[in-house]
Amino acid sequence: MSSNVNFLIGVAMGLNLLALGSSRLPSVIRAVAVQGMVLGLMPLLMEESFHWMVAFVAVVTMAMKGYFIPHLLSRAMRSANIDREVEPFIGFVPSLLLGAAGTIAAVAGARALPLLPEHAGTLLVPGALASVLTGFVLLIGRAKAISQVCGYLILENGIYLFGLLLIRSTPLLVESGILLDLTVGIFVIGIIVDRIQRAFDSLDTRKLTVLRE
Amino acid sequence: MKALLLIAIPFAGAALAALWRGDRTRPWLMPVVGLVHTVLTFWMLFDPPAVAPGAWLAFDPLARAVLPAVSLLFLACAAYGVSYLRVRGERPNRVFVALLLALLGLLSAGHQARHLGLLWIATEALTLAAVPLLHFNGTARAFEATWKYLLVGGTGIALSLLGSFCLGYASLHGGGGGDLTFAALTAQGAGLSRPWVLIAWVLLLAGYGTKMGLAPMHTWKPDTYGEAPGIVSAMLAGGVTTVAFTAILRVRAVVAAAGDGAIADHTLVAIGLFSMIVAALFLLGTRDFKRMLAYSSVEHMGVLALGAALGRAGVWAALFHVWGNSLAKGALFLSAGNIRRAAGGRTLDEVRGMATLTPRSAALFVTGMFVVTACPPFGPFFSELRIVRAAFETHHGAAGAVFLGCLLFAFFGLTRVVFAIVDGRPRPGLHATARRYPETLGVILPPLALLAAVLGIGLALPEVLREAWTAAVAQLYPGP
Repeated sequence: MSSNVNFLIGVAMGLNLLALGSSRLPSVIRAVAVQGMVLGLMPLLMEESFHWMVAFVAVVTMAMKGYFIPHLLSRAMRSANIDREVEPFIGFVPSLLLGAAGTIAAVAGARALPLLPEHAGTLLVPGALASVLTGFVLLIGRAKAISQVCGYLILENGIYLFGLLLIRSTPLLVESGILLDLTVGIFVIGIIVDRIQRAFDSLDTRKLTVLRE
Repeated sequence: MKALLLIAIPFAGAALAALWRGDRTRPWLMPVVGLVHTVLTFWMLFDPPAVAPGAWLAFDPLARAVLPAVSLLFLACAAYGVSYLRVRGERPNRVFVALLLALLGLLSAGHQARHLGLLWIATEALTLAAVPLLHFNGTARAFEATWKYLLVGGTGIALSLLGSFCLGYASLHGGGGGDLTFAALTAQGAGLSRPWVLIAWVLLLAGYGTKMGLAPMHTWKPDTYGEAPGIVSAMLAGGVTTVAFTAILRVRAVVAAAGDGAIADHTLVAIGLFSMIVAALFLLGTRDFKRMLAYSSVEHMGVLALGAALGRAGVWAALFHVWGNSLAKGALFLSAGNIRRAAGGRTLDEVRGMATLTPRSAALFVTGMFVVTACPPFGPFFSELRIVRAAFETHHGAAGAVFLGCLLFAFFGLTRVVFAIVDGRPRPGLHATARRYPETLGVILPPLALLAAVLGIGLALPEVLREAWTAAVAQLYPGP
């Protein structure tokens, strides 16, 4: 079971780097979508016995993270008529290097943390830390609202990975509440992106500079 | 049962508002629900219900110590809202009224949440419910502010989720059974895994600190408070920040039970003083009177964080300060809204002579300014005095000195802006704008009532409040 889980986390970490290094928005959105699908699968693999509630949460996660939200972002992207991130605050090569360094640091740093024996062999903690770091680099380093939303999604994916450490102990009620909140959050962000597009006729956050001291 | 009603009644009101036809009558739902909510919270303040130790949601001593203040603030905002929405009759208010009522329900849930996950869900939902309220004015500036609020607030809320997971893992690693209520976590105490507790504390302080608006995570605050309608800013500054503050108090109690209370207190002192310094500096520089209120809010969050670090006496004073802050911020934002509408501007370059154009609102605004700068005999003077005393008694002399210095500079900054807009001769042509927005009782009485309340707790602090705050401190500091 552990090797399958580790393989999927490895894929997710690779997708982090893909999202960092790509200038084309469709490929960033696609990377986020695939990452969401991969992570949605994880709870099914981690539980030894089949539980209908776990299966339900997994299916909802995959549908939301893998299809619904990316679809929303693609639509916003098409209506704003942009498909490329130009002049990011942090360049593509530097952000890729940052991401790679962050991934290595995450793997090394996770060793220093005390983990339960059943989690010590998995990549859950390094994968979570690497995704959180990637999310931050995208949030800070990109200028287009859609790239920033993708960064936020990757950040959330990292936190979701970390949450899997607790899947056996926290009641599913809490987990599903959290999932619902995250979904609504992204939905609201999607709507605001759409409104900004209409109000400013652009999704370049560099234009959002009226409010300052 | 009553604890659930505090959440259910506002939500029922929100659902009713969503279905209600007629934009003119719908806003009346707000004061009706607000009144029921206030009566219920004050009833429970005087007659506290018994709390089951394992309950996920209860009107526990900490909720009892602060929720009535938030309820009172909502009632004033709701009463003001009826007149406000009549003035803004050109905009549909279905979403606004429904979400403002939902906000009250979520505020009740957040204050009463005794479970780590539930608290997070309530805070996240609060963040999201506020979004459509922020861009009610529909201007480009409002959308810009909303975007910054979402991005910074969303990141903060994500960090607090990560922190909650870390605290959960600290319990699991220490052999806990997965019960994430604060009571169970505190009971596990030294059994929690120390490294994970410290990581969780840093992340939760950053996350809930963002919602509170502690520097350096305060950047969303000036933009948001500057652009949102006055009622919404008042509810954010007096209600949502209070939920985040009680969340930090609850988490601090767990960290202290795990044996790291001293580290938690050091970080709280540092972040509290840093917030006060940042706020004081920006208050000296800002030229926009609504943004000024946001920096004043950052300053008061710093006061609360400092109070929370100073032991029992400090926390007691901080709870006192929550009341003063919530009520005074309400009065300030509501009167600032009146001035803003009549003046048609918000910076010192555009606005002056408001004492002649809107004499009543200007008087309220100036009085409110004296309240938040802690002038006697209003509530904040006494709560801040107690915090200073707690600082010197717990050998935080340097912190106490910095605290007093920041208060002085904040006073300079606030008086500079307030008197500049109140004094002088109004810009030509403003009389016509001001006549369009007359100072009716509906927009004057609510802030006046809030100021009267904050004067009341300053002059004669009711015994029931003293007792409620003492009980909350006993909940946060179990043992001798």
